Amino acid sequence: MARKEYAFYPGCSSQKGASASNYLVSVESMCKTLDIKMTEIPDWNCCGASISYAEAGELPRHVMNARNFALAETNLPGQDIVATCAACWLGARESKERLEHSSGLMADTQTALKEAGLAIKVIPEVRHMVEVLIEDLGYDELKKPVKKPLQGMKFAGYVGCQTNRPFGIAGESFENPMYLDKLIETVGGEAVKYDQKVTCCGGALAFSEPEKAQGQIKDIIEAAYDGGAEMIVTPCPLCQANVEVYQGQINKRYGTKFDIPVLYYSQLMTLAYGGSAKDAGLNGNVVRARKLEEFAGK
Amino acid sequence: MSDLNQEMAERYKNNFLKEIEEQAEMGEWVKMCMQCGLCSGSCPTNFHSGWDHPPQEIFMLIRAGKREEVLNSEGMYMCTSCYNCYVRCPRKVPVTHVMHGIAEYAYRIGRAPKAQPTLHLSKTFWSNATKYGRVNEVQLTQSLYFKDGVGAGIKKGLEMKDVALGLVKAGRLNPLEALGMGHKCKDIKGIHAMLAKAEELEARNKAAKGKE
Repeated sequence: MARKEYAFYPGCSSQKGASASNYLVSVESMCKTLDIKMTEIPDWNCCGASISYAEAGELPRHVMNARNFALAETNLPGQDIVATCAACWLGARESKERLEHSSGLMADTQTALKEAGLAIKVIPEVRHMVEVLIEDLGYDELKKPVKKPLQGMKFAGYVGCQTNRPFGIAGESFENPMYLDKLIETVGGEAVKYDQKVTCCGGALAFSEPEKAQGQIKDIIEAAYDGGAEMIVTPCPLCQANVEVYQGQINKRYGTKFDIPVLYYSQLMTLAYGGSAKDAGLNGNVVRARKLEEFAGK
Repeated sequence: MSDLNQEMAERYKNNFLKEIEEQAEMGEWVKMCMQCGLCSGSCPTNFHSGWDHPPQEIFMLIRAGKREEVLNSEGMYMCTSCYNCYVRCPRKVPVTHVMHGIAEYAYRIGRAPKAQPTLHLSKTFWSNATKYGRVNEVQLTQSLYFKDGVGAGIKKGLEMKDVALGLVKAGRLNPLEALGMGHKCKDIKGIHAMLAKAEELEARNKAAKGKE
């Protein structure tokens, strides 16, 4: 039996062929090394994300998350739900809080769930992958399997919004959370100081109002360079995509020369644990992390 | 005026604060605002042009009964859901959720600004996600690009071609999703039945308010 077992909620972006599929690849490699068993919640659905606010309304949004709760509770009893995506985690956790605090909302939710043949008894805990790493294992345990420390490499730990606010990681501040820097140091890298660690990447506005979002992304990348970072690291699929894939457009718009790889913490950990470039999903990075590719080949 | 808008305006007469409190999700928090402005100062989009009313102003306008000005505002759709305002508010007002709630209400009664791009995304995202239970990222992108017609869509598609090609090469964008292939839930029927019931209950609950 594995050291830890969880009900895995990968979310829409982390499926095969989707925009964060390399996040999934690296999480799987990382969990294998750490002896964590993640069992996908059968037939899980979308959390609704923050952006659906205008169309979805209150109850339909919570009902979508409630379906995942019921599926997890029935099929994987006693296991915490673990999301890798910041938005999935926030959406599900917010629904859990609201349902637990309002008997009316809960009653209506149960009525709606019945239409899909489901019911909730007790909503499982909803956690982010990073919480599992820090709280259930701890930095010391995460350090033990390190075979190849990422020595001499400088990273800007970009925490962003939704793994940080409104819930955040217990014991961390909203304005300057340290957990990502500590994770970088745990695998032997250097976490640089820079001032846009918790700045918003624009979120969904990167699609709907790109000029606004790209202005914010530019500030983040500029600060990372100014801090001396060679690469950016993040725990959020939308932060990763927004900060990575628009660099070409930002260069055109602002005359910058950005070309900085944006990675997931799980990619760094996989590599430090001795994994290959493929295990870490480095082939999924649009801005290639050449330094890490070389490092993985050594 | 849409029927629902007319009905609400009449039901709440000159009490717009009460209308928001009862009809908008988290609207009951509006009266807690003490006008310090921390929300507006913390908002990442506040520093861009085109912001008519940041949250602090929306709150004051509601209390001043400025129904037209609030419902016509684009301010709520500037929200990136970054939750900066939410965690910094000294009165613990869940500003992010209040903004979403007002946006949803304005849209529900047919008063939201037409052609607001982020509102359009909100609609498209939800219908995309609930169609198969999971988001089809390619169809989502297509419907955004083509919202202003085929010509504009092709132009936008060409502008974004390098971004898309980069993702395809990296295995993070599956062109087959355009044809409806790709990610789906198995029990789509159950999800649709569940959502239909949720919408029915929500409409009933909202209609019951302000009538007693």
